Amino acid sequence: MIDAVFWFIVLLTLGSAVTVVLNQKLLYSAIALLFTLFGIAALYIFLWADFLAGVQVVIYVGGILVLIIFGIMLTNRISTVNISHTSVQRGIGGMAVLGVLLILGIMILNTPWHQADYVEPTQTTASIGTLLMMDYLLPFEVASLLLLAALIGAVTLSRRAE
Amino acid sequence: MTVDNLINWFPFGAEWPVITFVSAVLICAIPVFLFIAVYALVAIYGELKISSFMQDKVGPMGQGVGLHAGKWGLLQPVADALKLILKEDIIPESADKKLFILAPFVVFVGAFITFAALPFSQEIIVADMNIGVFYILAVSSLGVIGIILAGWSSNNKWSLYGAMRSAAQIVSYEIPAGLSIITIVMLTGTLSMQGIIISQQGIIWGFLPNWIIFNNPFSFIAFFIFFISGVAECNRTPFDIPEAESELVAGAYTEYSGMRYAFFFLSEYANMFVVSGVAVAAFLGGWNSPIPGFMDSPPWGLFWFIGKSMSLIFLMIWFRWTFPRLRVDQLMSVCWKVFLPVSFVNIFGVGIWNLLVG
Repeated sequence: MIDAVFWFIVLLTLGSAVTVVLNQKLLYSAIALLFTLFGIAALYIFLWADFLAGVQVVIYVGGILVLIIFGIMLTNRISTVNISHTSVQRGIGGMAVLGVLLILGIMILNTPWHQADYVEPTQTTASIGTLLMMDYLLPFEVASLLLLAALIGAVTLSRRAE
Repeated sequence: MTVDNLINWFPFGAEWPVITFVSAVLICAIPVFLFIAVYALVAIYGELKISSFMQDKVGPMGQGVGLHAGKWGLLQPVADALKLILKEDIIPESADKKLFILAPFVVFVGAFITFAALPFSQEIIVADMNIGVFYILAVSSLGVIGIILAGWSSNNKWSLYGAMRSAAQIVSYEIPAGLSIITIVMLTGTLSMQGIIISQQGIIWGFLPNWIIFNNPFSFIAFFIFFISGVAECNRTPFDIPEAESELVAGAYTEYSGMRYAFFFLSEYANMFVVSGVAVAAFLGGWNSPIPGFMDSPPWGLFWFIGKSMSLIFLMIWFRWTFPRLRVDQLMSVCWKVFLPVSFVNIFGVGIWNLLVG
């Protein structure tokens, strides 16, 4: 059963990802991205990372995807439904993709992967919190500082236009 | 009644795992769907009657002989539902048909799957997840995308304006709502819905039930921020500028009719229940009795949870028929200039309270 669900999710993720790239209508790509992002969240659940799956949905579906759709709607003439995007430089793009695939493949094959036991962890969020607040406090604070700077920067840039 | 228990309970679980899984999910999903449908009829009737009483009218009555809507108009919501089902389903010529058809599904699924984590009583919960509250906050963002899709695919300027307003509003109000939930998580130390409710048993301050709303001044404020943000996320009056019938016809739903419109309507009512349910579970003790020890057994849990939720829904209906609609800029300034700073102060205050008192 686990296998069937897993392969269904993999197919959904990859299929919708292909649609994101190949569909000519920008909004259809954005909607296909919705399924890709949900598929990835489901894959996190398979790794017992339920909190990460929630974060994936909150940030990517609730935040970034909505932002993308907003961007599509605001940067074009608002009355046209069919905004199309076409691919240019397919040859070079394909080569770049193949190169990345090759490097990733070599990395995946050469990394010694640790197979964790397939048991449900007793708590998933508490350990993340402890690690963030104890072992990785400095990176956490640096990241929040970076986000704050980006926030202030965005406000400054949008205010300058007035 | 969690899905896991059902799967373990099935005698043929090991032999046909896929069938077991699918049937366990269906056994949970069908009652939830029926519950939403029945509750929506009750809430619509309530809305009709309460609004009428507030305006010094009688509302649907159904008097006399012949075809009428039952005693006190009790069958009015049924008639409304039948009317919506029987209406012609119109898809505009210039609409983007695929997305137009997809949008109601996305909105309804967004509302429907949140019910999976709602704790109806000590035993009745579809799945008591580790990340229950967070799951509800996460999947409710699906509704935004559905509304944007509806507005966009209708190819109508009113729809699009409505969708943009709605999305901006929901995305904004998600932040104070989420920050209020963080204060709960800080107090209870868990994200699981049942865990949060279990931590609210007993008595506090000598006579009050140990609900989080009474726990400290900050959580008291957090409840109101959460509830008002929740009303805004449901796009209910006074926050209904996305639908604003006097300016935008019906906002994102302008072009929808019949069954597809019914699903938007159903999702709005389902979302009201989800917001009330989360507010009840997180702040008002969930299925705990208001008087500890009194009518506290599991069957009463269902009564208390639904009773408390319906009281909050009554409050939402009350809001709708007493407050005028906010302007777009007022709406945004309330969210970003009032709720957001207050929520941050709340989180800080609860942290201090936890250190010094808790």
